[in-house]
Amino acid sequence: MTARKPLGGEVLSKPFKILLAVALVGLLFIGKRFLFGIGSVSGMNDGYPWGIWIALDVVVGTAFACGGYSLAFLIYVFKKGEYSPLLRPALLTSLFGYTLAGFSVLVDLGRYWQAYNIVLPRYSNLHSVMFEVALCIACYVLVLWIEVTPAFLERFNKTELQARLNRVLFFFVAMGLLLPSMHQSSLGTLILMAGYKLSPLWRTGFLPMLFLLSAITMGYAVVIVESCFSSVGFRRPLEKELLEKISSFMPWVLLFYLLVRIEDVNLRGYLPLAFAGDSKGNLFLLENILLGLPMLLLFSPAYRKRRMILFLAAFSIMLGGALYRFNTYITGFDPGNGWHYFPTGPEIMVTFGFLAMELLGYLWLVRKLPILADLSRPARAGG
Amino acid sequence: MADNNFDAISKKLNNISRRDFMKFCTVMAASMGLPLEVAPQIAEAVTSPKRPPVIWLSGQGCTGCTESLLRPTHPSLEHLILDLISLDYNETLNVGAGHQAEEAMRQSIEANSKQFILVVEGAIPTRDGGVYCMVGGRPFMEIVRETADKAAAVIAIGSCASWGGIAAAEPNPTGATGAPEFLVGKPVVSIPGCPPNGYNFLSTVLHYLTFKKLPDLDAKGRPKFAYGRLIHENCERRPHFDAGRFATQFGDDGHRQGFCLYKLGCKGPQTYANCPSILFNEVGGGAWPVGTGHPCFGCTEQGVGFAMPLHEQADLKFITPAADHAPVTSDRGGGVSAAAAALIGAGVGVAAGAAAMTARRLAEADKNDDGGEAS
Amino acid sequence: MRIGRRDFLKMTATGGLALACAPTLAQGRPHHDLPPAAVGILYDATLCVGCQACMVACKQANEMEVEPGQGEPLWDAPRDLSARTLNIIKRYENGDGAVKDRAENGYSFVKRHCMHCLDPACVSACPVSALTKDPASGIVGYNEKACIGCRYCQVACPYNIPKFQWDSTTPKIVKCQLCSHLVAKGGISACCKVCPTGASLFGPVEGLLAEAKRRLHMEEGKSYDFPVASLASGQVQSHRAGRYLEHIYGENEAGGSQVLLLSGVPFTSLGLPELPEQSFVEVADGIQYAIYKGMVYPLVLLGGLIYIIRKRVSTTGPAQSGGEEGV
Repeated sequence: MTARKPLGGEVLSKPFKILLAVALVGLLFIGKRFLFGIGSVSGMNDGYPWGIWIALDVVVGTAFACGGYSLAFLIYVFKKGEYSPLLRPALLTSLFGYTLAGFSVLVDLGRYWQAYNIVLPRYSNLHSVMFEVALCIACYVLVLWIEVTPAFLERFNKTELQARLNRVLFFFVAMGLLLPSMHQSSLGTLILMAGYKLSPLWRTGFLPMLFLLSAITMGYAVVIVESCFSSVGFRRPLEKELLEKISSFMPWVLLFYLLVRIEDVNLRGYLPLAFAGDSKGNLFLLENILLGLPMLLLFSPAYRKRRMILFLAAFSIMLGGALYRFNTYITGFDPGNGWHYFPTGPEIMVTFGFLAMELLGYLWLVRKLPILADLSRPARAGG
Repeated sequence: MADNNFDAISKKLNNISRRDFMKFCTVMAASMGLPLEVAPQIAEAVTSPKRPPVIWLSGQGCTGCTESLLRPTHPSLEHLILDLISLDYNETLNVGAGHQAEEAMRQSIEANSKQFILVVEGAIPTRDGGVYCMVGGRPFMEIVRETADKAAAVIAIGSCASWGGIAAAEPNPTGATGAPEFLVGKPVVSIPGCPPNGYNFLSTVLHYLTFKKLPDLDAKGRPKFAYGRLIHENCERRPHFDAGRFATQFGDDGHRQGFCLYKLGCKGPQTYANCPSILFNEVGGGAWPVGTGHPCFGCTEQGVGFAMPLHEQADLKFITPAADHAPVTSDRGGGVSAAAAALIGAGVGVAAGAAAMTARRLAEADKNDDGGEAS
Repeated sequence: MRIGRRDFLKMTATGGLALACAPTLAQGRPHHDLPPAAVGILYDATLCVGCQACMVACKQANEMEVEPGQGEPLWDAPRDLSARTLNIIKRYENGDGAVKDRAENGYSFVKRHCMHCLDPACVSACPVSALTKDPASGIVGYNEKACIGCRYCQVACPYNIPKFQWDSTTPKIVKCQLCSHLVAKGGISACCKVCPTGASLFGPVEGLLAEAKRRLHMEEGKSYDFPVASLASGQVQSHRAGRYLEHIYGENEAGGSQVLLLSGVPFTSLGLPELPEQSFVEVADGIQYAIYKGMVYPLVLLGGLIYIIRKRVSTTGPAQSGGEEGV
């Protein structure tokens, strides 16, 4: 069993204060959105009804928050308990990522005060992909809060409650594996409805599978990147061996993903579009290079041993996965008829604000709750 | 219509031919927007000997409305009209005057109680006991109230009688009021205008005579056939408005070419009347204010005529499409603001910086490793 | 390394299965048929003279605000459908725009509004059933009490019809509803009622299809009677038939729609997208059904996961079971 303890230390560090300022500005613009309507803050329009609040905060943001999900597979399905020290930090990131994605949705919804309609049987449309995605994400946020609860209970020494929770935790862990599988793949099906408005470089029946795979790979990439940032930021040693192990199967997953991705485009006859030299073609190439290069690096055992390579490769995978999703929802989407979209300054500040709130939450709780491994007590032999 | 009735009328009217008479009835039908098939019915009513008289009272007015009635340029029709509607009392047109005229009016009213048509011309002053208009030694408002009580129908002709007109312009020192407002509770037909086209009045009266009921009225008691549409919706210069061609000054190029007078203050968009359709004085096309090059000032509308400044732009009640069309595709949305670009740059910078710094530290740790120490 | 390969093989197996399933998943679900009392509009661009009376009538019947567009606020001049404009006449022009209904050096009008599809993407997309297709008339209506403002309908609609009130604090989705409030009282849509030439014709969809086919068989230049306002109005206008493109737009596009169009110039020039017969709704929904129908697969997966998580592991040394140890 991994021993964990709060990191301690000063919460109000300089980065913390800067993030606080960013979050406050974001909140200001969120206030403006509620007072004067979405159009007063964002650049979204009838041609592009979904902007960065959906594409980045929700679609990319939840994928970044798949660290807990990806690790849970390793630890609970493949029984690789040695990864446990990485789990709680990843869950914390997932928690804030998904919760803030949920808040982003509330800000983006035009008639947010009726959001509960989605659970009323009178209104629920079981045929709708959006219905499934929304409910799934909502449930998963609850599951994440429950999965992080042990950390709170430990901190406040509620051993009785802890024991009781542990007896039923398996169910929530199982849900925590099922739900993201469902909604991450459905995020792909969601944009498929756009039909011809989505460029053929991205429009495929494989979207659900590709989105699921990208979520999984991004989950592992986030675990690595987050561990590296934590290690450097909090001046702690890096769990090098664990990360090395994770990075050993990542390139295989990436290989599979890239094979499906590119062969699908090729079989449908659209590969020449990738080399057309226009923005869509270039972005397609970039997104796959950002995934392909790290894949090649991580195939090499020697490179996997280098912290810097691990980090940069994982960072590149995060960017590549994010770009794939961003391309599918924004840059690959063209409704025609002269519509254009670019986010406004305030719109970007809202996204930055949510990101800042996520980081603030993480920085605060990681110091106050037993999230990170207690280095003074070695968990087990080896490592 | 019975032959002997028509013959009697025809003799009175310089032997007007049957055909011309029918033409007149048809014109009356058309101006009311009725199907031409009712023309014979009108003819029947007009030639019936049992038609009710009209009592015409004049108050705070200029007599323009009476004059307007006389302007149709067919002398035979002038007599026809006055004879046909049996105008028993009209101060301008009465042959007699003074006490005898008043007595004649009282007798007519008594004899035809609840059957005659009362026409009111000019406003009714109500302040200070109505002293600002005295007729035969009595305040006009008393006379109106008394007479209206006994009338079968009341028609207010002209803007002054309809809602006060020029007499009621700010600050309205005499308390000038229109007949509908004064005779609260009694249905009053209004034929506003300054002056109204004589045919609007004539058609209303003939409708009553023929069908024994008043034509369809709007919420203000105005016959819909004449006041159902805005001038703006009937004006011959409307295509210029739709195409954005305006006269901006009297005598400029646009004005000379007959462009829309909206920018000169035309109140057509706020005024209900049929002037562009039936024009005035039967002298041919263009015989109405806008047609001659002057913007309409809204003489029929309370709150517009004698209230709004002549050259103030009117409110458009119904905004309709312009003469052009939207293209199939037009560029919309997008546009990179400086703030957005700056923020994106900053965000990318921060992320790149953090990544670079982390990478460097990790590289150092790697190097330490190579030096033999595990970490 | 051995562990890595085992895991990879596990993944490939599941992935291969998914690959195998993908083509069948995309087959979609069956077409929708015409509702029993389906009403619609036949728009004939060759009859349209661009008077825009339909735009005025629409705004009045639906109490919509005017939209000055770029010009002075003297006119209602929208450039496209919007939260204030449910129906718009647009003009196609090419070259010197001299001849009506000719693609080259010609011009044509087009009337755009909701197509009231037989398999509406918006209805399928909406998570709260705010957009519903009337089971009798087939009119796609909007219920603001249900709507959460997620705008998925805007993403889904192949014609980009639903518009959003971006500048409102209580925004709604806005689109033509075929004057359902007038149709319910036995009337017809305002645009058709007021159209002077019969370019916009209301009626039961089957009747409109028959009328459209009749027009495609007309001899160009010969005089024919064309119904005005609605098929049942009894009013006709005599026109000389123009040259039609041999295609009724909306008969099959994206599964078919209750609004049909005829034109002398290519429909893509008029801004109408070229769409396959199978709607994208069918594809996306097909995938959803295959995976989630009856929630069978998810529940099976959940059962499997619970079983694996609870199972005590004995073989792989330092690994621990997840059940008791917690998170």
